[in-house]
Amino acid sequence: MRFSEEFEARFAEMVPHYPTKRSVLVPTLLFAQDEVGYLSDEVIAEIAGRLDLTELEVRNVISYYSMLTTKPRGKFNVQVCTNICCLVRGGENILRHCEKKLGIGHKQTTQDGLFSLEEVECIGACSWAPAAQVNYDFHENLTAEKMDKVLDEYRTKATQ
Amino acid sequence: MTQSQNHLMATLVSHPDEVKVVSRRFGQGAADIDRYLALDGYKAVQKALAMEADAIINEVKNSGLRGRGGAGFSTGMKWSFVPKQSAKPKYVLCNGDESEPGTCKDRLIFEHDPHSVIEGVIIAALALGAQSGYIYIRGEYRYLSLIMQKAIGEAYARGFLGKNIFGSGRTVDIYWHGGAGAYEVGEESALMESLEGKRGLPRIKPPFPAVVGLWGGPTVINNAETLASVPHIILGGAEWYARLGTPKNGGTRLFCLSGNIAKPGVYELTMGYNLKRMVYEVGGGIPDGRKLKAVVPGGSSCPCLTADEIDVAMDFDSVAKAGSMLGSGGVVIIDDAQCIVKFALRTMKFYKHESCGWCIPCREGTDWLEKTLTRFHRGGGLRKDIDNIQYLSENMLGRTFCALGDAAAMPTIAFVKKFRKEFEDHLEGKPCPYEKEGAVEELPVMA
Amino acid sequence: MADISLTIDGKKVATPAGTLLIEACKTAGIEVPSFCYYPNLSLCGACRMCVVKIEKMPKLQTACTTVVSEGMVVTTDSDEVKQARKGTVEILLGNHPLDCPVCDAGGECELQDMTFSYGAAESKFMEAKNHKDEQQWSPVVFFDRPRCILCFRCVRVCNEAMDVAALGVQNRGVSSIIAPNKEDHLECEECGMCIDICPVGALTSGAYRYHTRPWEMKHVGTTCTHCADGCKTTLGVRRADTGMEIVRGDNRDKSGTNGDFLCIKGRYAFDFAHHPDRLRRPLIRQNGKLTPATWEEAFALIGKTLASIRDQEGGAAIGVVGSTRTTNEEAYLLSKFARVVLKTNNVDHHRTADFPALAAALQGKTQKTASMADVFTAPAILLIGNDPTEQHPLLAWQIRNNVRLHRARLYLVNSHPIKLRKQAAGFLQIAAGSEAAFASFLAGKDDAASSADKDAWGALRDKLRREQNLVIIFGSEIRSAAVGDLVNFGLTIPGAKFVCLGDYANSRGAADMGLYPDLLPGYHPTAGNSEFHREWGEVPQMPGLDFPAMAAAAKAGKLKALYVAGSNPIGRMGVDPFVFSKSFVVVQDMFLTETAAMADVVLPAANAYEKQGTFTNTCGDLQLVKKAGEVTDTKNDFEMIVRVADAMGFDVRKLVPFGGGVRADMGQSRGAQSGEADRHAVWLEAHGLELKMSPFDPMAILDEIQRLVPGYGVSRMSLLAGNAQHTSLTNVGAGAAHKPELIAPANDSLFSSGTLGRYSNTLQSVIESREATPSEVAAD
Ligand SMILES: Cc1cc2nc3c(=O)[nH]c(=O)nc-3n(C[C@H](O)[C@H](O)[C@H](O)COP(=O)(O)O)c2cc1C
Ligand code: SF4
Ligand code: FES
Repeated sequence: MRFSEEFEARFAEMVPHYPTKRSVLVPTLLFAQDEVGYLSDEVIAEIAGRLDLTELEVRNVISYYSMLTTKPRGKFNVQVCTNICCLVRGGENILRHCEKKLGIGHKQTTQDGLFSLEEVECIGACSWAPAAQVNYDFHENLTAEKMDKVLDEYRTKATQ
Repeated sequence: MTQSQNHLMATLVSHPDEVKVVSRRFGQGAADIDRYLALDGYKAVQKALAMEADAIINEVKNSGLRGRGGAGFSTGMKWSFVPKQSAKPKYVLCNGDESEPGTCKDRLIFEHDPHSVIEGVIIAALALGAQSGYIYIRGEYRYLSLIMQKAIGEAYARGFLGKNIFGSGRTVDIYWHGGAGAYEVGEESALMESLEGKRGLPRIKPPFPAVVGLWGGPTVINNAETLASVPHIILGGAEWYARLGTPKNGGTRLFCLSGNIAKPGVYELTMGYNLKRMVYEVGGGIPDGRKLKAVVPGGSSCPCLTADEIDVAMDFDSVAKAGSMLGSGGVVIIDDAQCIVKFALRTMKFYKHESCGWCIPCREGTDWLEKTLTRFHRGGGLRKDIDNIQYLSENMLGRTFCALGDAAAMPTIAFVKKFRKEFEDHLEGKPCPYEKEGAVEELPVMA
Repeated sequence: MADISLTIDGKKVATPAGTLLIEACKTAGIEVPSFCYYPNLSLCGACRMCVVKIEKMPKLQTACTTVVSEGMVVTTDSDEVKQARKGTVEILLGNHPLDCPVCDAGGECELQDMTFSYGAAESKFMEAKNHKDEQQWSPVVFFDRPRCILCFRCVRVCNEAMDVAALGVQNRGVSSIIAPNKEDHLECEECGMCIDICPVGALTSGAYRYHTRPWEMKHVGTTCTHCADGCKTTLGVRRADTGMEIVRGDNRDKSGTNGDFLCIKGRYAFDFAHHPDRLRRPLIRQNGKLTPATWEEAFALIGKTLASIRDQEGGAAIGVVGSTRTTNEEAYLLSKFARVVLKTNNVDHHRTADFPALAAALQGKTQKTASMADVFTAPAILLIGNDPTEQHPLLAWQIRNNVRLHRARLYLVNSHPIKLRKQAAGFLQIAAGSEAAFASFLAGKDDAASSADKDAWGALRDKLRREQNLVIIFGSEIRSAAVGDLVNFGLTIPGAKFVCLGDYANSRGAADMGLYPDLLPGYHPTAGNSEFHREWGEVPQMPGLDFPAMAAAAKAGKLKALYVAGSNPIGRMGVDPFVFSKSFVVVQDMFLTETAAMADVVLPAANAYEKQGTFTNTCGDLQLVKKAGEVTDTKNDFEMIVRVADAMGFDVRKLVPFGGGVRADMGQSRGAQSGEADRHAVWLEAHGLELKMSPFDPMAILDEIQRLVPGYGVSRMSLLAGNAQHTSLTNVGAGAAHKPELIAPANDSLFSSGTLGRYSNTLQSVIESREATPSEVAAD
């Protein structure tokens, strides 16, 4: 199992920051997921091995954190917040709009593997609601039109 | 994964009533260490280096600074609980998990003034005799992690961190740490579990973190805003800071105005600032000629205040007197076009999704409340459900392992008590009177 | 620790500092309910059932996580507390399937009991319950998720007490689940502790599920018949056409030294008793074929033949092989039968450890052997050889948990990196076969260590010398002289005690009861004048033949008869059955083993779960064996031996002290001492015991054992009460067994158990399923 040099550098840098090896687990899993797209059995085995954990222990942790997934996702994970602040400013309509536009529902992925859709909890954009995150990018004060633009932007980004 | 720089910066607002302390450097490029230094950066820590540990703690005590993470506990007091002597290393842990719905202030601090957090952590470390600090930032805030990592790097490069900081002979190391999506991990003991690479389950207390924390060592856990306030207190003095606010509620805090309001945004106002003015003057009132229905004054876990309950001073004690909590500074405005049942449902859906599942009342309680509220909102509600919802919530209140259960119960009880009529309007299969044209019935998917 | 005084429901209570409030309440006789709290497992505070009101505390507190403090005032039965518990049960039932009528745990369910006592009569909930299908995690472990109340007991017992860590918790909130280590199945030691500890019917046993209802069973607490550790296991029996069928083994009776523990064998491997191949009729060889016969025919033939061989050829022409799985009474009886009825010392059994060497080394010492309970409390332990995790599961449990709970220091010396090294304070890996050298090094012979080893060995020896009350445990790797060395070293350590590891349920008993050609019970040499010579009357002085010698004699036509009770020497020692073709061979067994197959007469035997008596575990703890199951047309070895003696025209009163008439002539019957007072009657009198009325009553022989066998004079009262009674090797005879090379360890694993294991479908199915899913991380 090989990760990018960037990953290896970050991993090597982080481990000595803590008195126990496993302390790097959560951020490391997220970085690994960012590279591979999801936490495959291979990734789990690799990280478990590095941190002297059993695969069970690693899975216990993965399944706890909502950003971590063991199933492949689209290139762009569209995460629409529908929590209270977004709710009262039409966050749900944004979600429904994405569902229609992408033709997929919560935690589903488009045929072309480009987009995944997810209804998420508060992402810390309450004062700029309604908001969504595509992968790690924030998109705020959304309207249906704005959402369309955002999605198109990523689609073109993918084709370039 | 892709990380494009545009699409990140959150928009800033401002209002003449603001008293800018923590937000002083917002929008001035202070993420860069030279700009930060030019704006009095790292002066406080040098002052602190010349002070006795107890002097620092007393300064913070006297400033009346209270935790900005939600509980509002006296920061100086918390620091004073840490034993002077300890066989195990002591730690400072900055809580940047910011996940309480309605709260988006720490994000601005990390984005615009990361060094102030670093400086706050160093000062705390000096006060406690700790040599390492961790800054935990929620996973969704990836771009802030990068900013923070860069800032930490700069501080090391200047000799502000590491061995012999500022040539003082003292050692303070600070590391960034990232989460991966979990509200409960904001709870201080769960935060430590997560940092130790485990599931974010809360720990049995006592022992409290100040005595047995990270890896068994005494640990002080503070919210990012709390720590960012510390340098200003050290520089400006406890008295000045205390006087900004009301008795026992020193200084200013970042209020995140959100919801149905004309000028949403994060404003820094003095502790005790009047909520009504906050809504109608600072926030510019309710748009589209709508009327105010309710305000959630401190993040989703605080009981709502009705339109006629909001003439209250926004400090911990006054809001508590008014039957709610100042919480994390998330002020959510709800207008009369919103359905309280729906709002209560969405709130419960959140807590159900975020419950760690450790204790029965929280795990099962949030599930059943969410199910009942869903059915209820769809028009399948029975009269006894209204009492059941309250009964269930009251059975959770004060009975759960950590405060998440309370956070789910308290607002729900308030919604039922203060808006019973709206619940009754959903009875006998009546469709939700608030569902707007074209709006799709919300189905609880997530999980 | 100093006592703390507090008030619970108005009662003044004093408990040691550091006590948990929930335990303090228990001792005060106040029941505080709990699901997640479990003694000796890490604290959870998860179920919130144990909430109580503590003065000056705003919220209710969990008694399971609160440590008592001076002057604490506690209320456990206020309305607030009751309401809190009621509310928790209510909400718990919300998602619980309530399929109690078809649930294995129905009637033995803590949730049912809790609902009964804390009431959630009317259900407030009308939402759909979260459902999930039942999963099979292994041949013996099933998981019914909806029933799970997430008390996390299973996870903790597996991780903390078993150190197997095969169970975890996944997802969060209401989707939280208990998860097995291989995603959809378990790969573990299959101990079933998770099933035993589950308060509801979420984890169920593949061997028992849907067989019957708890209240339809009779529950018999007896001693496990598999390894030599002697766990108490509770067998659930039910009427069946063949007598009484054993349908469940578990650990509901936690009064044994094994406490909470049972391994896969003690829990599930009772099913050999119902194997279709079980012998149910006596068989007599007629023109070359074993053909069914009546008991009368069988006994008559055996009696006649053995008597004539003894009278014409002499007892030396008869050989006897005893068992490591029959009771002490049967082993003693067989030993006595051989000597006084058959007049032979040709007696042997399957030796798996050098108990005689330990006995000899401890000559003149007292209280130098450790009990299984001691292994859980000793401050330090030295283990040389063996792999308890596989071969002595209870011993491993005792060691592990002593280290975990009492911080005992464990020193390991082994040729393999055995799993217990995780608990070890020191692990010395030595070359296979150099265990004896290490022992003599300990004893001070420095040159026993190669120059390469000297430093490591020396360092460990120094550490050990600094210990006190060290328990020294050794496997069959340490024999004869090496045992002496080890004991000599041990005796220099204040309070040191020893454990010698044999392999079968009554290996120790077989040795103590003298199933040796040169030893009588209590390790008294055949040559000499021990109590046994005096009490039994004529005992041949010349040491007899061990089994290989018997085989040789048979080959040479000198051994005319072989009497085998519950043993399979042919299969075990790889002797060509043909050598016995000219001898008259009698075999008592459950199955047609290699030995039985070549016999002239085969008697269908009952097993230890079907008879009464006692076992002595490898530590020397004497425990009661109780009759649970019953298979018609079988007899226990005890009755068979007595019947054979009778058929040989022997006065069975001289074999088994029973019956009214005994008192009168028993005195005279004691050969050399004729006329002298009847010691047996005197002893019975002194112990307030009655003379037994039946020649088939093993208790009659237990009387004689307790009276004559050194160390066995333990409290009969306590023994019958079901407690383990330690019999220390004290005042034993001077005899030492010869021929250490005859010791053949069974090398059973967690999933094998000699002949019994071969006939246990449960063990076989586990072995097969593991072969089907090969393990990358073995048992370790
Ligand atoms: C369920 C739960 C979630 C919490 N989330 C956060 C959070 O996201 N950020 C935070 O600073 N404090 C959070 N807290 C409060 C912390 O437990 C802790 O009180 C706080 O970080 C202490 O810092 P302070 O004294 O500076 O407020 C949370 C508490 C609970 C019970
Ligand atoms: S450890 Fe030995 S005695 Fe105990 S149950 Fe297992 S096999 Fe039986
Ligand atoms: S027993 Fe105390 S919370 Fe479970």
